[in-house]
Amino acid sequence: MGSTIVEKIFSSKCRHPVRAGEVVMAPVDGAMIHDITGPLAIRNFFEMGGTKVFDPEKVILLFDHQVPADSIDAAEHHVFMRKFARDQGIHNYDIHEGICHQVALEKGRAGPGEIIVGADSHTCMYGAAGAFATGIGSTDMGFVLKFGALYFRVPETIQIGVSGAFPWRVGPKDLILSIAKDIGADGATYQAMEFTGETFSSMPMNGRMTCCNMAIEMGAKAGIVPPDAITYEYMQGRGRSYTVSIGSDHDARYADKRRYDVTDLSPQVAVPHNVDLSVDVQNVAGTPVDQVFIGSCTNGRFEDLAEAAEVLGDKRFDASTRVIIIPASREEYLKSLQAGLIERFVKAGGLVEAPCCGPCMGGAFGLLAPGEVSLSTSNRNFRGRQGSAEASVYLCSPATAAASAVYGEITDPREV
Amino acid sequence: MRTWKFGDNIDTDAIIPGRYLVHFDPPTLASHAFEGTRNEFAGEVSQGDIIIAGRNFGCGSSREHAPLALVGAGIRYVVAESFARIFYRNAVNVGLLPLVCPDAGSIPDREVCGVDLEAMLITCKGRSYTVEPVPGFMLRIVEAGGLIPYARNLEEVETCTGLQQ
Repeated sequence: MGSTIVEKIFSSKCRHPVRAGEVVMAPVDGAMIHDITGPLAIRNFFEMGGTKVFDPEKVILLFDHQVPADSIDAAEHHVFMRKFARDQGIHNYDIHEGICHQVALEKGRAGPGEIIVGADSHTCMYGAAGAFATGIGSTDMGFVLKFGALYFRVPETIQIGVSGAFPWRVGPKDLILSIAKDIGADGATYQAMEFTGETFSSMPMNGRMTCCNMAIEMGAKAGIVPPDAITYEYMQGRGRSYTVSIGSDHDARYADKRRYDVTDLSPQVAVPHNVDLSVDVQNVAGTPVDQVFIGSCTNGRFEDLAEAAEVLGDKRFDASTRVIIIPASREEYLKSLQAGLIERFVKAGGLVEAPCCGPCMGGAFGLLAPGEVSLSTSNRNFRGRQGSAEASVYLCSPATAAASAVYGEITDPREV
Repeated sequence: MRTWKFGDNIDTDAIIPGRYLVHFDPPTLASHAFEGTRNEFAGEVSQGDIIIAGRNFGCGSSREHAPLALVGAGIRYVVAESFARIFYRNAVNVGLLPLVCPDAGSIPDREVCGVDLEAMLITCKGRSYTVEPVPGFMLRIVEAGGLIPYARNLEEVETCTGLQQ
């Protein structure tokens, strides 16, 4: 009986065979904290008797949820974390670089075969780089900062095999929303999702990030795409070289194997108030939207903004709809700027903000009033996620968001 | 020890909305617990009350502010058909005991119930509901009072040894 890629990663770190279901104290290769969960992690690190973090080179710290500081409380947290970074010799990307997950990948902080933890649930995004990466709470992070290790229950794996080529204006976000509908909001709880098949092996990193990012929305502990030439090409020039070749054995034991084909997939929209409630866009077309948000760690990269701009063309956004566009990082912002996307969005009437989580976190800005409707390329549409509990959030791809922003109502991007 | 009953997929944004994450002291968080989704909770919850829920309690964000808000409200036990992974660990780490009860849906709302951890039973109005055993290594953390006191006594950890479940 062979092993899954996740079992191999844990076995490699522990230098003996480790099977799904075992609980092990495993060393971590990297840890990430941000401005929301970081202050509590640091406090807990000290309360655990920590004095120096296990390895300053393996920890990164940055601010992305409340930037620039939107309250005095937030500003104080930033000051507290900056001091911790200075005292400990930890690299602090501060407010300069963008959303934690995007920055971690861009800076080569997660790579094939590594175990990475982040104090944020969407840390599972680093599976796009072939890492086992998972989100943890602040107390677990305090433990990691002190010991450089954490106890893990090695997860079983669900193999997601996808075939077919995406139809015009349908992409990875539509795929992952349709998978979420099939698997359910807790269908992968405590398991890893391994994304395979011809659709994934030809999918650029951007789409892999989108899919791995949303593994948590099915309860998964991690999402992972076995590293290949596309992965290694992305990793090049990002500060570290990765040569590990790692993948699941053909006779690995999976908890489940699911097969999907994207050939006839329609653009998907997740309706309020759960991520697994996705429908074909035709079913909700015509729903008026007050705010459209194009951004987040899920869909705020250059390719996402380019997809939105292509749909937008030389049209203008609907005058009664607020359209907020936020590149996921400085790197993605610059690429978008140099390609002329930012100018096009601004001329169309959009608000382009500096890289951060934006309306996705429902605390900093872009909040919704009772009764308002938001259409968002982010990852969660829970009741109250973007402001009032009486507001509604729909989730979709950048193409669907852009088409809808032009007409002020949910619109099939294939009809624009 | 009254029950507060919730449905499936109660997410951590519902337990504590994002706009309050600048705080992390339990009493302040508790004053905003379930704000917008169950507004009477913060005002009416009493020390020792029990949360009863369906599937996937605590899904979504890794914010530890969610179990801390419940701790601040005086909750000691959350009894659910199932839990989201990060919430489950966070709860154990802050000393809030998550108990899996396949029959949680049958437990009545706003009823006085007792929790017997030795017998692993929830008892309400003479009827008992079985809860599943807590994995051994997690119980040791809860018995230590959470991960902070557990870790305070450790100088270093031995990696890659299996932990007894």
